[in-house]
Amino acid sequence: MKIHEYQAKEILRRYGVTTPKSVPCFSVDEAVKAAEQLGGKVWVVKAQIHAGGRGKGGGVKVAKSIAEVRDWASKILGMQLKTHQTGPEGQTVRRLLIEEGADIRKELYVGMVVDRGTQKVVLMASSEGGMDIEAVAANTPEKIHKVMIDPVSGLADGDADDVARKIGVPDASVPQARTILQSLYKAFWDTDASLAEINPMIVTGDGKVVALDAKMNFDSNALFRHPDIVEMRDLDEEDPAEIEASKFDLSYISLDGNIGCLVNGAGLAMATMDTIKLYGGTPANFLDVGGGATVEKVTAAFKIMLRHPGLKAILVNIFGGIMKCDTIAEGVIAAAKEVKLSVPLVVRMKGTNEELGRKILAESGLPIISANNMAEAAERVVAAAKGKN
Amino acid sequence: MSILIDRNTRVVTQGITGKTGQFHTRMCREYANGKNCFVAGVNPKKAGEDFEGIPIFANVREAKEKTGVNVSVVYVPPPGAAAAIWEAVEADLDLVICITEGIPVRDMIEVRDRMRKQNRRTLLLGPNCPGTITPDEIKIGIMPGHIHRKGRIGVVSRSGTLTYEAVGQLTELGLGQSSAVGIGGDPVNGLKHIDVLKLFNDDPNTDAVVMIGEIGGSDEETAALWAKDHMKKPVVGFIAGVTAPPGKRMGHAGAIISGGKGTAQEKLEVMAACGIKVTKNPAEMGKLLKSVL
Repeated sequence: MKIHEYQAKEILRRYGVTTPKSVPCFSVDEAVKAAEQLGGKVWVVKAQIHAGGRGKGGGVKVAKSIAEVRDWASKILGMQLKTHQTGPEGQTVRRLLIEEGADIRKELYVGMVVDRGTQKVVLMASSEGGMDIEAVAANTPEKIHKVMIDPVSGLADGDADDVARKIGVPDASVPQARTILQSLYKAFWDTDASLAEINPMIVTGDGKVVALDAKMNFDSNALFRHPDIVEMRDLDEEDPAEIEASKFDLSYISLDGNIGCLVNGAGLAMATMDTIKLYGGTPANFLDVGGGATVEKVTAAFKIMLRHPGLKAILVNIFGGIMKCDTIAEGVIAAAKEVKLSVPLVVRMKGTNEELGRKILAESGLPIISANNMAEAAERVVAAAKGKN
Repeated sequence: MSILIDRNTRVVTQGITGKTGQFHTRMCREYANGKNCFVAGVNPKKAGEDFEGIPIFANVREAKEKTGVNVSVVYVPPPGAAAAIWEAVEADLDLVICITEGIPVRDMIEVRDRMRKQNRRTLLLGPNCPGTITPDEIKIGIMPGHIHRKGRIGVVSRSGTLTYEAVGQLTELGLGQSSAVGIGGDPVNGLKHIDVLKLFNDDPNTDAVVMIGEIGGSDEETAALWAKDHMKKPVVGFIAGVTAPPGKRMGHAGAIISGGKGTAQEKLEVMAACGIKVTKNPAEMGKLLKSVL
């Protein structure tokens, strides 16, 4: 689960991370009031959306007067902000953060994720702050310093200081950087985060170390023990189809192709998408109905897939293990009838009771194209999507 | 011969009284030698009772003392699953197979850290995995038993249904399996591809291996690099997720391309460079294996 910058800063402040003074706002008037409240001569008007790259996309602007705050706030609020993480259609800006200006001497990067190899949280830090860290990792990997953190003892003073010095924190500011790094780790661990990033972490003209931006993602498997974080969820930032799918315990992701896929199991679902691509088609979605697909779930899945603009065909690929093929066949028929299926449907079923499943489909009278294996299924659904049957 | 489990394995089911635990214990008992293998269950509140004749104990240690179990299978719901794994590790079993999906990563980091620091010998398979099967001997987990045939091909995969797909293809081509192992789709887990490859390499009754991976992490690359220098048997591979967009979690918690790392293309290239024959067509995993025999 993702949250906004201002929410991440709220959490980090509770753990002792220094941030600039700022106020989240939902309207232009609120933004102006916030700037007046904050005082000073320079403010930053920051779009709050879940995607990164907001600055480059024009969603972060410096204002040198209250009039400029008003001007930028009215331009940014409601805009479709396009960044490398939003996709071509962009994301509507509905929230702003008005922040006091900062005197930046150095821009650094610090972030934490779970390292799968060592099975520990890893601190990554770099002198190249404020930039796309993925580009830094790709082009100048020697500029990224890593520390694996012991889950029992946490981030040691010495390790934190060492990393701070390596990324160019001046000696006098090292104790402050240590506090920020250790607080970041504590926040990461306590909240079951999957990503915690301060980019940039700045050193100001007077030697203060400050989190100028903040980003946190959370392990969705652990949300049951963090009701306060669940409350921070902003449904406006999520795909309505994905939200709808999650209500039915379906794992769904919208893609930009035109062939809907309904599959049981995440690995097989990915493999099905790959096969469609291999045979010249493009998948419209990833959809794992899970191990216990009921008629209700299959119907919901069909409804969600059919909402996809430009959908041309649907492929159902089921490897019946515990789930029986006849159950799936009945689910597919019930769903197809209920949603008045408007696109060709290709079904490939394998495993437990596959003969019975095929018979049920054949006798249903529905124009279902049946396939014996994954390759045939992909070939047929790609042809159907192109209007060739 | 086989790897990890055989007809002499004795299993305790943790979470035997839940709906999932009951259903799958029943299915596993009906498979091959299952009747003799599944001998104990655990539930502290129902100690002294039984599930369809399988005695229930208060904890794994007691189950081990009374019945001699050496392997545990865990169906305990996510909030208590890591603790259940640790209970089996503390009882010094040979292997814990954790089927449970949705365990917080932090819980897994903690239990794996304790296992390492205390030098525990217990192996962990999973979590979020289908389990493992040695055809015609024993199945521990949620895979459909009937698609398997006894034979000499090893299968290792992160995904459940994709493993079944590979097994189904092999069986159709007349190629039976020595063991099929699902290592699970979570980012922090126990046995990895490399560990299972090593076991198949040492198993006199395995002739070749199908290795199935997916996007995220670098376990497949690690296994491929090891295989290049040590594997004495042919390995063929497939990686799911060539079409997966970066930054999106594709169902499995571990299946995510992050920071430009863990793409299917990258994995396929490393595997191919290490002498593993790879295919981009999951419908041809079986055929590819047959071609290297």
